[in-house]
Amino acid sequence: MTAATGQLPEQVEGAGQDRERRRRRARASRGDSRLAWRLILPTIVLLVVVIGYPVVYAVVKSMQLDKADAGINPSTGFFEQGGKFVGLKYYRYWFNCNCPNGTNGHEFWPSVQTTLIFTVITVAFEVVLGTMMAMVMHRAFKGRAIVRAAILVPWAIPTAVTARLWEYMFQPHGVVNSVLGTNIIWTGSVWPARWTVMLGDIWKTTPFIALLVLAGLQVIPDELYESARVDGANALQRFTAITLPLVKPALLVAVLFRVLDVLRIFDLPYILTHGANQTTTLSILAVNELRSSQNAAAALSTITFVFIFLVAFVLVKVFSVNVVQTQARTVKA
Amino acid sequence: MTTATQTATTGAAALPTVRRRRRRRRVNMRAVWRTLGMVLIVVWCLAPFYWMLITSFRQVDFTYDNALYPKHVTFDNYKAIFKGSNHFGRALFNSIVIGVVVTLFAMIVGVTCAYAIARLHFRGKFAVLGLILAASMFPGVALVTPLFQFFTNIHWLGTYQALIIPDLSFALPLCVYVLASFFTQMPWELEQAAKVDGASPGQAFRMVILPLAAPGLFTAAILVFLSVWNEYLLASQLSNGNPNVAPVTYAIATFSGSDPRIVPYTSIMAAGVVVTIPLVLVVLLFQRRIVSGLTAGGVKG
Repeated sequence: MTAATGQLPEQVEGAGQDRERRRRRARASRGDSRLAWRLILPTIVLLVVVIGYPVVYAVVKSMQLDKADAGINPSTGFFEQGGKFVGLKYYRYWFNCNCPNGTNGHEFWPSVQTTLIFTVITVAFEVVLGTMMAMVMHRAFKGRAIVRAAILVPWAIPTAVTARLWEYMFQPHGVVNSVLGTNIIWTGSVWPARWTVMLGDIWKTTPFIALLVLAGLQVIPDELYESARVDGANALQRFTAITLPLVKPALLVAVLFRVLDVLRIFDLPYILTHGANQTTTLSILAVNELRSSQNAAAALSTITFVFIFLVAFVLVKVFSVNVVQTQARTVKA
Repeated sequence: MTTATQTATTGAAALPTVRRRRRRRRVNMRAVWRTLGMVLIVVWCLAPFYWMLITSFRQVDFTYDNALYPKHVTFDNYKAIFKGSNHFGRALFNSIVIGVVVTLFAMIVGVTCAYAIARLHFRGKFAVLGLILAASMFPGVALVTPLFQFFTNIHWLGTYQALIIPDLSFALPLCVYVLASFFTQMPWELEQAAKVDGASPGQAFRMVILPLAAPGLFTAAILVFLSVWNEYLLASQLSNGNPNVAPVTYAIATFSGSDPRIVPYTSIMAAGVVVTIPLVLVVLLFQRRIVSGLTAGGVKG
């Protein structure tokens, strides 16, 4: 991806020759440009249709009165039809709803909390476990193929299947209790239910982190470790001074991807616990709301989208992860 | 570690034999730890899969037997999943149809875009890359609510097109990313060389470029197909429970037995194995390619 990193400065040559060459290149790249955009256009158009249009549609609908809410407005006494512009009514509904317990509106802040808890805990575990797995795989020569094959299995299993498998394993009479010698009703109370969901996510996606970190580890030259060892650095020092800083870019990109992924988590808790015992995430709440008020659901999905977008923005700023550049570099490597 | 460092720095030449022996022992210890680590990883990754596998061969009456080895073996579960009211066979068919159509479409559209990103110089390349990356990370929930509403209005809920078109939102960016990474690594000089040797542009493309690109195209297709096969959120809502179009992830999630009070876990595990085994085989067969595609595309889990 040389073009992504900018064209190399041209070597100093005769001025006339240089100008001539530059002109030729400019002409060529203008032609290139036109061809490139022609090749890219279908993808962009399709993405606008399948992503851009629905997003705008959701924003528009979220500010209109839902058909289900049509009727006499108690505060004005007028009849209001579905589709009437209501501004931020549904956004207010989510943010400060004094709804009775059990309604979707009441669930908003708890589901924000649940989503954040899931994100922080699973990503933390996945990063630590994934790095450990990567380091074991990196130093292993004999069994690496076997380990890599094994590590791909959880990743290849569809999440829906994982959810049913987890549901079965964590039954009160299931294998987990039997192996641990416990009698926990895993999906019966808040934290066991949350841990069941989180363990499923950790099991399934740690391989992804491990593979990304492994790719980062493999570009570190062995001589660095060798010379550090000669200089008397111990294993911990070698890890903190060489391994960690050098895999950091890969690790940060992995963390960013994982954070954005867990913030929208749906399949696992939806199938496993149906959102019971405070495992309702923002995505589940929006989907549940679809069956009562579609426009309110549109507002919530817009909130979720903006929230995830903001988190991505902050992460990119704080960690100064240049995803595009790192991606471009990985693409190149 | 400290003792070794001391010997290394202070008595370098003093005790060569002791040092050698000590180092050998340390290396062995490290090998032991490494092997242990590898065994742990393999067990952790495969244990749940193993449990699904042996449960799928267990008789229903022994659903909670919990013996860690195959016991009460039967094939009944595999027969049972295709009977009953779960439409499992139909769901498999639907998943294949949706997967193949989305993959083909994404490949046809994505391949030109990936080529442009990998091979051409143009202004705005970074913006395009960023846009596609953002699209690949786009939360499905922001699509499912408007699409549900929109498809309700145009009476598309529970149709194939309602399940196929939205899947492009994640299939296409993934396809472009993986392909672009392969295209940048390809030795394009060979195309020039072929032309120098007298090949026409068509021949150069057909006989040099296509065979070189084929593995990359194949990997991208596998990754896209996998992601479509595993999709659940959009499918669960937009299929609207219509068994004629609902994919296999939906069938698994809602799988039930004849008695609504008893969940037929042995059958569900058998269904899970049927859904998973082809993927696991493909992934294991092409693991090297898939890993490089995964790490390049930063594919979500």
